[in-house]
Amino acid sequence: MTDSLSPYAPGSLITVAGLPIAEVASILALTTRLEKMAAAERRQLLAGRTLALLFYESSTRTRTSFELAAKSLGATTTLVSDKSSSIEKGESLKDTGLTLRALGAECIVLRHSAGGAPFLLARTTGLPVLNAGDGMHQHPSQALLDLRTILSRLGLADRPVDDKVLAGVTITITGDIRHSRVARSNAMLLPRLGAKVLLCGPVELLPEEAATLGEGVEIVRDFDTALRRSQVAMMLRIQSERLAGLKLDLNEYIAGYQLTAARLERCSPNALVMHPGPMIRGLEIQGEVADSPNSAIEQQVSNGLAVRTALLVRALGVSL
Amino acid sequence: MLIKNGRVIDPASGLDAQRDILVRDGVIAAVEAPGVLAGVEVAETLDATGCVVAPGFVDVHVHLREPGQTYKETIATGTSAGAAGGFTSVVAMPNTVPVNDTVASLEWMLEPARNSAVRLFAMPAATMGSMGAELSDYPALARAGAVGFTDDGKPVLEDAMMRAALLSAGRLGLVVSQHAEDTRLTGGCSMNAGPVAFRLGLRGMTIEAESRIVERDIALLRDIEAKDGVRPHLHVQHVSTARAMQAIQRAKSDGLHVTCEVAPHHFTLTDEAIGDFNTNAKMNPPLRVESDRLAMIAALLDGTVDCIATDHAPHARHEKEQEFERAPNGITGLETALGLALRVLHREHGMPLARVISLMSANPASIVKLNDAGSLKPGAWGDLVVFDAGAEWQFTASASRSMSKNTPFDGAAMLGRIKATVVGGRVVFKS
Ligand SMILES: [Zn+2]
Repeated sequence: MTDSLSPYAPGSLITVAGLPIAEVASILALTTRLEKMAAAERRQLLAGRTLALLFYESSTRTRTSFELAAKSLGATTTLVSDKSSSIEKGESLKDTGLTLRALGAECIVLRHSAGGAPFLLARTTGLPVLNAGDGMHQHPSQALLDLRTILSRLGLADRPVDDKVLAGVTITITGDIRHSRVARSNAMLLPRLGAKVLLCGPVELLPEEAATLGEGVEIVRDFDTALRRSQVAMMLRIQSERLAGLKLDLNEYIAGYQLTAARLERCSPNALVMHPGPMIRGLEIQGEVADSPNSAIEQQVSNGLAVRTALLVRALGVSL
Repeated sequence: MLIKNGRVIDPASGLDAQRDILVRDGVIAAVEAPGVLAGVEVAETLDATGCVVAPGFVDVHVHLREPGQTYKETIATGTSAGAAGGFTSVVAMPNTVPVNDTVASLEWMLEPARNSAVRLFAMPAATMGSMGAELSDYPALARAGAVGFTDDGKPVLEDAMMRAALLSAGRLGLVVSQHAEDTRLTGGCSMNAGPVAFRLGLRGMTIEAESRIVERDIALLRDIEAKDGVRPHLHVQHVSTARAMQAIQRAKSDGLHVTCEVAPHHFTLTDEAIGDFNTNAKMNPPLRVESDRLAMIAALLDGTVDCIATDHAPHARHEKEQEFERAPNGITGLETALGLALRVLHREHGMPLARVISLMSANPASIVKLNDAGSLKPGAWGDLVVFDAGAEWQFTASASRSMSKNTPFDGAAMLGRIKATVVGGRVVFKS
């Protein structure tokens, strides 16, 4: 996307596919610089700048994270959501985007239930677009915040971010990978930094073609086996209404794939436990595991805020 | 009219030689060695030096959007794009608004007032409103000029209904053209199932969704031949999967009357062309994987495929400028068909020129029983196309004569450029 022929404005972040590793490194470096900056100084960075949060799908977590990131930079935000009356009924995504641009938005953060919607918005408005989750496709800011969490918790934060920074690290992603944009984003990004990614789950939630997401991606059906090989256990939310349609027995799923204290102790007692949230305690993860010292779940949330601050600064072309 | 100095390729008569062609009163009057016709007085002469002269192309599968969706295309604009692509006869699909399912709508469509630039034919709906519940009036529609029946855009899904369609059309000696998609398996799907769909997080159509309908229809043909003393003709539209093609090949070798078409996009592109959710690469059946693409080419080369059809499906810009899953299926195709066929089939896969021409003229003409089309024999319609088979060029969507520009081939390399298209001895396109 740094290609000069790209139809997307510089500063856009729509997918991690093809995102140069140098860009990943510079976003993480910018995150750290912003974090160290005094709050008052940071509030000047985007003072007088306007950005729109366009949320066609509700997401308290991601929306709040982007909103607080924008506020901490002094930017003016306008929230347009499907809950408010501000998305005109029947108006196309393109026209909504053009309206926001005409109203002065310099960047649009988009959450949408249709995969690829951010590409369309970026092509038609010419504005930098930050993908805050599109359908089952991508959630790139989540992949970046997960990466930052992994690097810091595994003691790799001071290493240069390159294609070897995660060499020797194995990460298991477990759960409803078929429907997960978080899984797709992580499985596409982490192997490019040297990690081995194991995808784990029953075939209904994890079809064979998932192994084609990246070079270092492998499908391991048995959760214990996958955990034994891993330093990181990334759990995904299970939506039981989806399981119903997939003829999957919930009790069987829990028996086979729930991350329990006993399983963790047995297979990989030091593994870092991650979850993009919102999590269902007692379904994909036991509550005590989520609260254990292994858990990085809260840190993921704070890294989310930090990384999104950097993404907004980058989107609006402010150089520090 | 005299078309002189061209290399005449007429697969129907096995001719490939320098010939001059005389068209008089709208029909081919003479095909003679150079100079023989020099003394004949004609009102118009077309110099085809350096070019191939072939029977005008016949497209058995186009969507012209009139009536009802004239913001996408009209019969006049769509057929004008057809003329620019070398087509002299096109068959309009019935999924207009309203659906073409009555004699009145068929006659309205075929009226001179629609200003078709080329010969216009139509396949009315196989079932009323293409709803799959009640057959349309085949005998009456046949008398009014129907060249076959189809619910294209969707399949005739119910076994009993498809059986009745094949039987009724078979009794009239007309074809039933089937859009082979088991829609019970494709709900919410917007592209081919496989690694690309997985990467993009889109629900995918499996190859079984196509092959199951083809296999079911073939079983019906067998059953009807055995029990009803009728030999029905099934035409499988836009075949896209190796599996469906194998079923067709078996049915043909079993002697059943099955024909099929392949669209240029299915022998040129794969689902990788969707790239960043490019809706101009969204169509139904969807672009498949490389092994399917190569299977289409192999079947075109070995004769399993009867014809090339474009499935020209224009859509307005604002309709394609939507979220991928919401955007309508289809691409325009009349002006890129020859350029892709020559580039991919002729140059890249060694298909003889005469075979390409046959797949675009004589063969499709015979499927819809246009006995005077697809040939340059004296007495046939004076419909022909003159093209420079060696010309390399780039297609530009904005220059298209279609009202819509939805094509994945904007800027694509083409081989073979149409110089002139003649219908009934009248030039309808000249570059
Ligand atoms: Zn169709």
